[in-house]
Amino acid sequence: MKNNELILAIETSCDETSAAVIKNGEEILSNIVSSQIESHKRFGGVVPEIASRHHVEQITLIIEEAMKEAEVAFQDLSAVAVTEGPGLVGALLIGVNAAKAIAFAHDLPLIGVHHIAGHIYANQLVHKLQFPLLTLVVSGGHTELVYMEKDGSFEIIGETRDDAVGEAYDKVARTLGLPYPGGPHIDKMAHEGKPTYDLPRAWLEQDSFDFSFSGLKSSVINNLHNKKQRGEEVIPEDLAASFQESVIEVLVTKTKKAQEQYGVAQVLLAGGVAANKGLRSELQRVFEPSEVELLIPPLNLCTDNAAMIGAAASIKFKQKKFATYDLNGNPGLDLENQ
Amino acid sequence: MGYTLAIDTSSYVLTLAISAEKKIVGEVMTNIKKNHSLRLMPAIDQLMKDVGISANQLERIVVAEGPGSYTGVRIAVTTAKSLAWSLNIPLVGVSSLELMVQTGRYFNGYTVPIVDARRGQVFTSLYKSEHNRMVEIHEDRLRMLGEWLEQLKEVGGPILFVGQDLDLHSEEIRVVLGDQAVFAPHAMSLPRGGELAALGYEKEAVQSVHTFVPRYLRLAEAEAKWQSEQQKVRESND
Ligand SMILES: [Zn+2]
Repeated sequence: MKNNELILAIETSCDETSAAVIKNGEEILSNIVSSQIESHKRFGGVVPEIASRHHVEQITLIIEEAMKEAEVAFQDLSAVAVTEGPGLVGALLIGVNAAKAIAFAHDLPLIGVHHIAGHIYANQLVHKLQFPLLTLVVSGGHTELVYMEKDGSFEIIGETRDDAVGEAYDKVARTLGLPYPGGPHIDKMAHEGKPTYDLPRAWLEQDSFDFSFSGLKSSVINNLHNKKQRGEEVIPEDLAASFQESVIEVLVTKTKKAQEQYGVAQVLLAGGVAANKGLRSELQRVFEPSEVELLIPPLNLCTDNAAMIGAAASIKFKQKKFATYDLNGNPGLDLENQ
Repeated sequence: MGYTLAIDTSSYVLTLAISAEKKIVGEVMTNIKKNHSLRLMPAIDQLMKDVGISANQLERIVVAEGPGSYTGVRIAVTTAKSLAWSLNIPLVGVSSLELMVQTGRYFNGYTVPIVDARRGQVFTSLYKSEHNRMVEIHEDRLRMLGEWLEQLKEVGGPILFVGQDLDLHSEEIRVVLGDQAVFAPHAMSLPRGGELAALGYEKEAVQSVHTFVPRYLRLAEAEAKWQSEQQKVRESND
């Protein structure tokens, strides 16, 4: 008899092959992540065809490892969950087809999960969620403020109009000659420098919770270029610090404003850029003195992983929102109407 | 009794079959430009229902491992290895080209499969029918069609060409080989799940399901570019 809800979750949306077993939507029995970053580094970014090839090499091995570590057999499972989108289509297909085959072989319910819902629900693996809540989602592909009135309901109240935060970080890092992925390098350099350069902040319209980072990115590149042409010295640490300060000021200010306007008692941080130390500490500084509870997942749950997919899948399991065998990888999957 | 499930999505064709030992009990084949990832598992589910068996009655999975469409092959291979691993049953990989040349089993001569690989290249090989079985003479490889045809001129005797991409190349083949070239009709040019199941029934299962991967026969474009750049760096250092 199944007393506990045990979900096998699979995530292959980008360059991490991951599988996890999650108990009752909140306890991690296993969370295996195989990163391909070493393979993509030499190309200066993720190459989709190579990512897909790696996923096929790894997929059953990683799932087996997750089940072994969790000490569960197929008959113990309640469902199989998988990232349906967004992401690289060829990469998504590997997880989706593996999940469908396992669900079919063992007659298990199949659950398709939105990758960003996964990032948000990563927080549920460390703390109880209290609705309504607000999440700042920041990653290589996303920059969004998501309002949630209740479990499984997502409203995007603000999003980037051009580059995602992570994208801007990577581009600025490349300009400064830092290796891929550049985000963590900028974060580190920023702490060694001072924000002495005057860089713009894109506030957009007064009541907007949207973001824009392409102007800031261009400004950094122009600054560097102009100074070099005039033979002036550029202090990379200071430029990184100035860039990071601009990004964080906009992110945190808009989050705080949205929190007040929507009257939420819980603010969540989610996504790969949530690993950024500068962002974490500024959010803490702003929210700590207030009544608002700030949740920031540990680093290993910020980057892509299957545990977060299992946590988000648990909501759909309870709502019996199951997928059929025609589930497909969907690179443009909509968060609000999934 | 145990059943074999055979699947192939390495081209526009989606085909699968279920066999009980040597007997084919069900087969599906479509030749349309529709999404394999969406259609493969519903097709398997439906065929299994039609022949009245459940997943735990499967005792062997056979898959066409490529060469072919990278994404197409990955869909079948991922499905096949996930089924084989999770049901703990043997997995057999069969070359997509070997599957195609089965058309030539009763042809007195050679058979050459052609899968277009763009820029004058084809995935191809050379087989010959011996005692009504197809024997590989030249292995599956990515070749320049022009050079390959010159080589084929030398084998002597009629050559049966098979493949869905033949329309693209039949003109060039005819120019070089003349009457030596014979073309399989469309109805005999499509891969069949039943043939795949039969081939897989005779072949050894793979040693490790986990490490089983598609036979791409070509590096990813970025990888090839990177390797040739590394080569240039090495040469300029010499
Ligand atoms: Zn992510």
